[in-house]
Amino acid sequence: MAILETIGLAKRFGGIVAAADVTLAIQQGARHALIGPNGAGKTTVINLLTGVLRPTAGRILLHGRDITALDRYQRVRLGMARTFQINALFLDLTPLEAIALAVSERLGLGTDWWRLVGSKGAVADEVAEIVERFHLADVMEARTATLPYGKQRLLEIALAFACRPRVLLLDEPAAGVPEAERHELLATIAALPADVTVLLIEHDMDLVFSFADRISVLVNGALFVDGTPEDVARDPRVKAVYLGEELDA
Amino acid sequence: MTPLAADIGQKLKRRGRWSALEIAFWIVAFASIWLLPQKHLILTETAILALFALSLDLILGYAGIISLGQAAFFGTAGYFAGLVAKHGIIDEPVLALICSGLVAAALGFITSFLVLRGSDLTRLMVTLGVSLMLGELANRYSDITGGADGLQGVTVAPVLGRFEFDMFGHTGYTYCLIVLFVCFLIARRLVYSPFGLSLRAIKGNALRSGAVGIPVNARLVAIYTVSAFFAGIAGALLTQTTAFCSLDVLSLERSADLLLVLIIGGTGYLYGGLIGAVIYKFMQDWIATLTPQYWQFWIGLLLVAIVLVGRDRMAAWHQAARAALGRLGARTIKWRPALGAAGAAPGGR
Amino acid sequence: MLTILFDGVAYGMLLFVLACGLSVTLGLMNFINLAHGAFAMAGGYCTVVLVNRIGVPFALGLPLAFLVTAVLGGLFERTLYVHVYARPHLDQVLFTIGLVFMAVAATDYVMGSSQQFVRIPEALSGQFNVFGIGMGKYRLLIIVVCGVLTVALQLMLAKTRFGSRLRAAVDDQRVARGLGINVGAVFGITFAFGSGLAGLGGALGAEILGLDPTFPLKYMIYFLIVVTVGGTSSITGPFLASILLGIGDVAGKYYVPKLGAFVIYAIMIVVLIVRPQGLFARGVAR
Repeated sequence: MAILETIGLAKRFGGIVAAADVTLAIQQGARHALIGPNGAGKTTVINLLTGVLRPTAGRILLHGRDITALDRYQRVRLGMARTFQINALFLDLTPLEAIALAVSERLGLGTDWWRLVGSKGAVADEVAEIVERFHLADVMEARTATLPYGKQRLLEIALAFACRPRVLLLDEPAAGVPEAERHELLATIAALPADVTVLLIEHDMDLVFSFADRISVLVNGALFVDGTPEDVARDPRVKAVYLGEELDA
Repeated sequence: MTPLAADIGQKLKRRGRWSALEIAFWIVAFASIWLLPQKHLILTETAILALFALSLDLILGYAGIISLGQAAFFGTAGYFAGLVAKHGIIDEPVLALICSGLVAAALGFITSFLVLRGSDLTRLMVTLGVSLMLGELANRYSDITGGADGLQGVTVAPVLGRFEFDMFGHTGYTYCLIVLFVCFLIARRLVYSPFGLSLRAIKGNALRSGAVGIPVNARLVAIYTVSAFFAGIAGALLTQTTAFCSLDVLSLERSADLLLVLIIGGTGYLYGGLIGAVIYKFMQDWIATLTPQYWQFWIGLLLVAIVLVGRDRMAAWHQAARAALGRLGARTIKWRPALGAAGAAPGGR
Repeated sequence: MLTILFDGVAYGMLLFVLACGLSVTLGLMNFINLAHGAFAMAGGYCTVVLVNRIGVPFALGLPLAFLVTAVLGGLFERTLYVHVYARPHLDQVLFTIGLVFMAVAATDYVMGSSQQFVRIPEALSGQFNVFGIGMGKYRLLIIVVCGVLTVALQLMLAKTRFGSRLRAAVDDQRVARGLGINVGAVFGITFAFGSGLAGLGGALGAEILGLDPTFPLKYMIYFLIVVTVGGTSSITGPFLASILLGIGDVAGKYYVPKLGAFVIYAIMIVVLIVRPQGLFARGVAR
């Protein structure tokens, strides 16, 4: 059953078409990758899905429910979280504080102004679980701005994960991560729980083909090809688009 | 609970712990009631200014909202307190105080949507505009407010029916200090709570805050309203302790001086407003003995100088000073002080 | 009622001359100069000293006010302002508020705190009565002078090389620099010119607006309203905004005296809610 669907999603900025008639259906538990050349509109699609941008046309359905008109934070509460291509972290907070924040919000403690953060045992338990999963235990009390890039990228995903999403949107998680820190990152992504559906935007084809069980190719804002990794790898049109060859009519 | 979870629980709990320095600060503050009786009048002004600065710190230091219009809440509550006392509508000062605060909070709530949209410049403009507009209103309706002469004939009943206000400010100071402390306690709980943490997140990265499920606008409206409440309390205290209220409570000078106080003391760790108020009042007292009439010139010069020196550099000095004090505190008392959410703990954190 | 319109237009055009320097500064360098009113005040006092005390004829006093304030502006720009261009807006606000405080206190000290009046020549006092509209001669002068200035400004922006450099730098500073435009010099000259205009406006307006040391504080909000409502990407924006505000203020004070000044604050707040970039701005995100 499709947990996340878009129907005819489109976005125009004045005369520029950033996304045109994007119709996607992402199955529950899937590892779905969204690939395409630079400027194809992949991040636009994520922005539309998460509510950062309002679509010019089309609908978005999360678990069958129309979320097109909902605010960003409302979509998060319904179970959709994302990471950013360029780290969007709370630089002055420590990873511990940031994760505790996300967990507290999810547990509905966000409006609690009287109690200390973490005074509820459930918060500490969840934070510990996330810190361990994302290998942040050794840096959890350092200011985020001082962390090495690989750890920041892990924190980026950890924050999204802390929202306990049913659908996790990862926007180029491996981008800019130095070779020495990639392994930890990729292993962490591979180890994400099976019940979390993952939509992954990536340029790194090794990651895409080893991780994804379904791939959609986006070109110039429109869906080009949608299929299993084998189908996509074999499709000559995909190769043409990536390598810049002329397409047959 | 796993050992890591227990450890994390401990670390989170440690954030809100009172440091030795904090306790010392308040002991000294309350001791001044008995130790400095001749200074009570100026200390009352200091306490009021401290509370006012605290209100601005909540929105500026924690939520990142720039405002030149805190005087709007200060002044509105000030006039409200004066009017209810003068016309005998609410006699008991503490009750009047709370009501004035609520009036200011209502005003804050109504105007909060103005600071949600737009850039920093827009916020500056709008907040300034609101407070100047109220000043204009107060000026126009001089039959109610007393206009440029100020609100005359305000008599304030004894606090809780027992403690009369006296000429030397003894009752006044004790009253203000207790109110300041209570408000501070509330603010302190607030900033260490999940709500307070979400504010810091919004200040740091509003985009990401939305992406982790924080309703950004709702939180900003909430803290803006709370801040207006505190500013209103400060304004009402001024009216009650001086039995007077005039147009300058709504002026640009008041909002600008407030920013200066907070910048001197530092933002984002709650004590900045308090320490800044003490330093500011000390300076004012000192300069007033030299040139009483042209105090504004020196304020202006100080503002220019501070900006030229650079707030980043000043923030770095603040961090260094707090770290040094923290080490001093750690040495005099054995256990490690938690210098709180501002992250100024010495050593690596 | 037409008299009110006439007065409102005069007031509006005066506001425009006073505020356009601020608008260009903000649009050009993204710099909030709350001390702009201090230059206007300087121009006013300069004229007072020249005309009242030294006996310079009024017609000469005005251009001299312009020159003196322009030089003053240029000086301040090179020595003080240049250090705070890169700072966040809050710093700029604090800096310029500090300058205003200093200017106000200094003026109080040197010139005293009472309101000053410029001795305007006999020929300019009184009214013309045209078709039953009472046109104050002085206000007519204001309209003429400001009108000429506005046209000259527009021509300069549109037709001269300096104007195109200025427009380029306002549009996109980095690209302008990349094209070899000396943005620093453009800004220095523009700032000086804008301050000079403010000084001229202050001299012209002393009669109508009232000149005393608190002038910069009293009128700062008006300039800011013009800039906010009119946007910063053109001359016509602030011009239209000034006229709108001038008429609104005069009409408001006449028809609803209790709430007179209230009207323009309300207009500002409404505009800011609806269009945070200003009524006439192009809507380009900065």
